[in-house]
Amino acid sequence: MTDVAIRGPLPRAGSAARARMLRATLPALSLALVVIAIAWLNPRAISYFGFSLMLNLAIPIALATIAQMFVIAGNELDLSIGTFVGFVGCVTATWLRETPLLGAAILLGSIGVYALLGALIHLRNLPSIVVTLGMSFVWQGLAILVLPTPGGKAPEWLSAIVGFKPPFVPFPIVAALVIALVVHFGLMHTSYGAILRGSGGNPAALGRAGWSLLRVKVTLFALAGLFGVLSGMTLIGITTSGDANIGNGYTLLAIAGVILGGGEFVGGRVSPIGAVLGALTLALAASPLLTFMRIPPDWQVAANGIILIVVLAARVLISRREA
Amino acid sequence: MEAIRDTLARPWLWSFVGAIGVWLATIIFTGGYGAGGMITAALSLAVFMVIVGVGQMFVITLGPGNVDLSLPANIGLASAVAMTVMNGSDSRIALGLAAALACGAAVGSANYLLIWALRIPPIIATLSASFIIHSIDIAYGRGLQIKPPPGFADFTNLRVLGIPVLALVTVLFTIGAAIALNRMVYGRSVLAIGQNIRAAWLAGVNVGWIRFLTYTLSGTLGGLNGALLAGYFRGANVDIGNEYLLSSIAVVVIGGTSVAGGKANVPGIWGAALFLVLLLTMLNTFGVSAGVRLVVTGLIIVGVITAAGGGKAGR
Repeated sequence: MTDVAIRGPLPRAGSAARARMLRATLPALSLALVVIAIAWLNPRAISYFGFSLMLNLAIPIALATIAQMFVIAGNELDLSIGTFVGFVGCVTATWLRETPLLGAAILLGSIGVYALLGALIHLRNLPSIVVTLGMSFVWQGLAILVLPTPGGKAPEWLSAIVGFKPPFVPFPIVAALVIALVVHFGLMHTSYGAILRGSGGNPAALGRAGWSLLRVKVTLFALAGLFGVLSGMTLIGITTSGDANIGNGYTLLAIAGVILGGGEFVGGRVSPIGAVLGALTLALAASPLLTFMRIPPDWQVAANGIILIVVLAARVLISRREA
Repeated sequence: MEAIRDTLARPWLWSFVGAIGVWLATIIFTGGYGAGGMITAALSLAVFMVIVGVGQMFVITLGPGNVDLSLPANIGLASAVAMTVMNGSDSRIALGLAAALACGAAVGSANYLLIWALRIPPIIATLSASFIIHSIDIAYGRGLQIKPPPGFADFTNLRVLGIPVLALVTVLFTIGAAIALNRMVYGRSVLAIGQNIRAAWLAGVNVGWIRFLTYTLSGTLGGLNGALLAGYFRGANVDIGNEYLLSSIAVVVIGGTSVAGGKANVPGIWGAALFLVLLLTMLNTFGVSAGVRLVVTGLIIVGVITAAGGGKAGR
């Protein structure tokens, strides 16, 4: 990214608009590429049942990616979202089922903790990487305290929602669409959404214009907490039981999803639709594609890395041709 | 008064204060029993955090988004390579170390190749690379039962007057790293890139070359750490480097290096590494459960960074 900043010629206005358009369609292209690969390897997978199965775990990943996206929009990074999802999962599989009021209070409280972290990071001007690194230990520890051994059970109403079978279009696709559109509208088409993104673009200007940067940061972190809670709850709805380590891989997946979706680490340049598409790409590329390609288990992790690299390389090729 | 305030304004000093505080709390709890042994053990384990911490420090100093996430996979692979090449024989120690260093250097340069060729943020590049390295390690190192050569294992555990020799060597190494950072063209270039990459480029710094060197350095130190860990724990292991993902970042930042880049601190890495190791020892001594231990560790990391303050260095 920096090399481009140094050597890249200044694009003309028309080509800049075109590059921006193409850039916005890249996440969709990446996803299409993976779907086509799957269709080519196993045509039977492209069906209502096939997609329901393959995208089973995509919804919690998409929600965690959206949570990470809100944090990245404000030029911060959340290294704790994975263990937070695990903590929420443990609470969902135990207290939310047995004593719903207490469980709901704890989950709301944890969103409050996220908001407080935002305030702390802003007021003390702390590096979010370190604060959330510390919090990742805290959530993990709390998850182990809530559920020392894997177990618990998802509340029935939650399993019912996640197991909903709409006609024609599989539930994960419907859910992904709803998540993407709701967040897209909220962040890209409302005035306060523009302020939220602006805090990543030019916080000093926002501050001079009279907006409270503290409030913006608290809002972004609270939204991240909210979507983290939704991610953990849907995850438990799907897997039906809890485990303190269930969400650990989500931290890096969520960051990768945001970047695959066309987001950038600085400057408030994020895309909710892209982030959801990025999460779906990662979820599909992770196991279904690899199983169809008959990749031995030893090399599945590597194949994940290679797919990530190939998709990003394709992105570079397309944007370079455009520029 | 001015001098005292200047000293207190240095966040890295707090990591040493924290380390001493934790140590005191533990020996008060045990009634003074094992005070010296605790320092010996802490120094032995802190060494491994310091070695990868130095590499991670140079990478993080390059600026926002620069971080080496491939260290755990790299350490695991290098530990297997070192043990295979040494093959339990004292005469092949140097060869095995060289192989581990070369393996780490290859991983580091591959990381930069990805960053440069794909122009993707280093976090994503090193993350993708770590997936691939991890798989290579699983396929190559699974069920590897080779013990380190006795001479090598003894060296990693050797102590003089209760101080691990490895810690002394690492102190010399960190002094070298501090000189490289503050007094040599390489270190000044890294700092310049971290402060403003475009200005550094305009001032004639060979940005690409310095970044390549930095990622290769971090990879090489990861390789070295893998070999030493395999010697210390008497065997290679795929998961031997797992804890060094978070701890390498934690020691760098608690040690006073700015996550925003352009400002680094070497002695702080020692303070932070000792602090983290002693903290774990303290919680183990108190006999708390794994969950409580994690919660307390996390809260203390957050507490330390809050107390030390971020200054102008926000990410």
